[in-house]
Amino acid sequence: MELDYPIKKIIDDKGFIIDSTYEKQIDEKLVKEFYFNMMRIRTFDRKAINLQRQGRLGTYAPFEGQEASQVGSALALGPNDWIFPTYRDHGATLTYGADMVRALLYWNGRVEGCVPPEGKNIFPPAVPIATQLPHATGAAWAEKRKGTKNATIAYFGDGATSEGDFHEGLNFASVFKVPVVFFNQNNGYAISLPIEKQMNSATIAQKSVAYDMPGIRIDGNDCFIVYFETKKAFDYARSGNGPTLIEAVTWRTGAHTTADDPSKYRPNEQGMNIVDPLSRLEMFMKNYGYWDEKWIKEVKKKINNEIEAAVEGMEQFPPPVVDDIFDHVYAVMPAHLAEQKESYLTHLRGKAK
Amino acid sequence: MTTHLIESNEKNETTKQMTMIQAINDGMRIMLEEDNRTIILGEDIGKNGGVFRATEGLQEKFGNDRVVDTPLSEAGIIGTSIGLAVNGFRPVVEIQFLGFIYPAYEQIMTHVSRIRTRSMSHFTVPMVIRAPYGAGIRAPEIHSDSTEILFTHMPGIKVVCPSSPYDAKGLLIAAMEDPDPVLVLETMRNYRSKREEVPVGKYTVEIGKGKIVREGTDVTLIAWGAMVTIAEKAAEQAVQQGISCEIIDLRTLYPIDRDILSQSVQKTTRAVIVHEAHNTGGLGNDIISIINDTSFLYLRAPIERVTGFDVPVPFFSLEEHYLPTPARVLKGIEKVVHF
Repeated sequence: MELDYPIKKIIDDKGFIIDSTYEKQIDEKLVKEFYFNMMRIRTFDRKAINLQRQGRLGTYAPFEGQEASQVGSALALGPNDWIFPTYRDHGATLTYGADMVRALLYWNGRVEGCVPPEGKNIFPPAVPIATQLPHATGAAWAEKRKGTKNATIAYFGDGATSEGDFHEGLNFASVFKVPVVFFNQNNGYAISLPIEKQMNSATIAQKSVAYDMPGIRIDGNDCFIVYFETKKAFDYARSGNGPTLIEAVTWRTGAHTTADDPSKYRPNEQGMNIVDPLSRLEMFMKNYGYWDEKWIKEVKKKINNEIEAAVEGMEQFPPPVVDDIFDHVYAVMPAHLAEQKESYLTHLRGKAK
Repeated sequence: MTTHLIESNEKNETTKQMTMIQAINDGMRIMLEEDNRTIILGEDIGKNGGVFRATEGLQEKFGNDRVVDTPLSEAGIIGTSIGLAVNGFRPVVEIQFLGFIYPAYEQIMTHVSRIRTRSMSHFTVPMVIRAPYGAGIRAPEIHSDSTEILFTHMPGIKVVCPSSPYDAKGLLIAAMEDPDPVLVLETMRNYRSKREEVPVGKYTVEIGKGKIVREGTDVTLIAWGAMVTIAEKAAEQAVQQGISCEIIDLRTLYPIDRDILSQSVQKTTRAVIVHEAHNTGGLGNDIISIINDTSFLYLRAPIERVTGFDVPVPFFSLEEHYLPTPARVLKGIEKVVHF
């Protein structure tokens, strides 16, 4: 089965083009867009880990190693599409236009971090595994019924394919032929469980056969193949053909979360032969004359400034308002809840005296 | 002397005799006609009209993309409906039996109930989940559960439980118009057990309000769903002992109408709660707490609970032993009256 789903890639580990299918569509603008966004979210990710270590952020889920998958796929979205991320996909949501201050707030235990910018269909990250797949199907179904050309993307990891909701999301999407892209980031491990203990099938892509939808397996560390294949899946969806399952084979460089220690379950050298997606893009840029030291310097400066400002924005964000825990449970607050709120606020006011 | 007060919010409404299942069907038909965001989803609800015929004729009239036969998949139905609801539709989901809802429990607990909270009201899930529930119709195992407490415990959803055709239609339409998710528990025992005059047009019964279905002075019986009829029968028998029972049909299980509880108990000074759900952790405990909070000094006796036992609902050859009967309720009434 593995032979039926070879890992497609456009550039090899040394950054040379090996598949010319999309070569003409690769231009300076696109290359710089990839670089900027991947560098931006990597810097963000590393900063977030540091902030967590300093006690300025709560537990955090790093995505280093998955930048090509997240940036490549998010850039393939149209302005009115929907994105249903997990807790490891803030690289994708930031690329799609999520607010960086709020991304940090989310990891600092602030519900404000779930609120997307106006007009951006970015769903709060799914914390249970695979439950967002049916949501993406439903939202895509709604777009189809409204007669738009909008589509949805659901992000999920390799472990998610073992959950019933994976089957349910794909099955409904296939039965009702809705415009959704199921974007799997196979990063090797679901916390500590390696993929070969997760499933007996050689690939995730082959699971598409059961739903009679296209299934493709791509190199998740090659931003070009991720971008073009996701775009193709979106075009396919927008044309009324229904869903696609994409397996982006990648590698989670670090821990599952900052509360996890990967050395307990996998040797450090495992994954060392995997070429980092950002290094690979750098090699490509040098190979094909896109490398521009001055521009790189400017970009890094711009990114650092943005992230510093976002950290400041998070730390200076107005303190949480207790009312919020009561105010968003229902559209109209039930009487008993209003009583609980009033009583507790009165208690707090008494304490403040 | 049961009084079913018609509280139609449309005056001079023409009415028609309907069973509860007809009233539910009528409520969905009206909303499918009125609001094109309404979409009905479930297993066997299209051509087959649902296992209880609640959706009979609706697919024929509104088409198979508004009345949708789904794959057999409770989590898939609820999960997909979440996506539809956050993206502008008003899904009404039929789960064939409450006992079959557990595969979707995760979706309900982790998403339906808290998307509004998690997104600070940016995303909302205005969906309705209809689930037939309860024992007493000789159904196979797992079909007879009364586990409403699993849902009343979770903030973010509302739970209603009509016992009459009038309330079933009015509460269902209210649920379909509610900006928040509502679980509608439909007691299967009452689906066809009686008919009453139901307005033909649109009306709502307010979610969160109970109803006095029988006025009395000595003891308040608190019930919902099929247990309202059991309480009524017990009340008839109590008359022979000179005991006057007031009966509250709670109608909404979350949020509970605390005013009706306190007003009635303060008048009668005694209370018996009747529910077919298991005793431990049952909703009766919350009702006792509410009465303690609001009316403790009026009470002349500890509040009594007549409930299902703490056993899985038995196979139907024994289910009558599980369910509260008028005789068991009467015993409870005697206990609080002669305390």
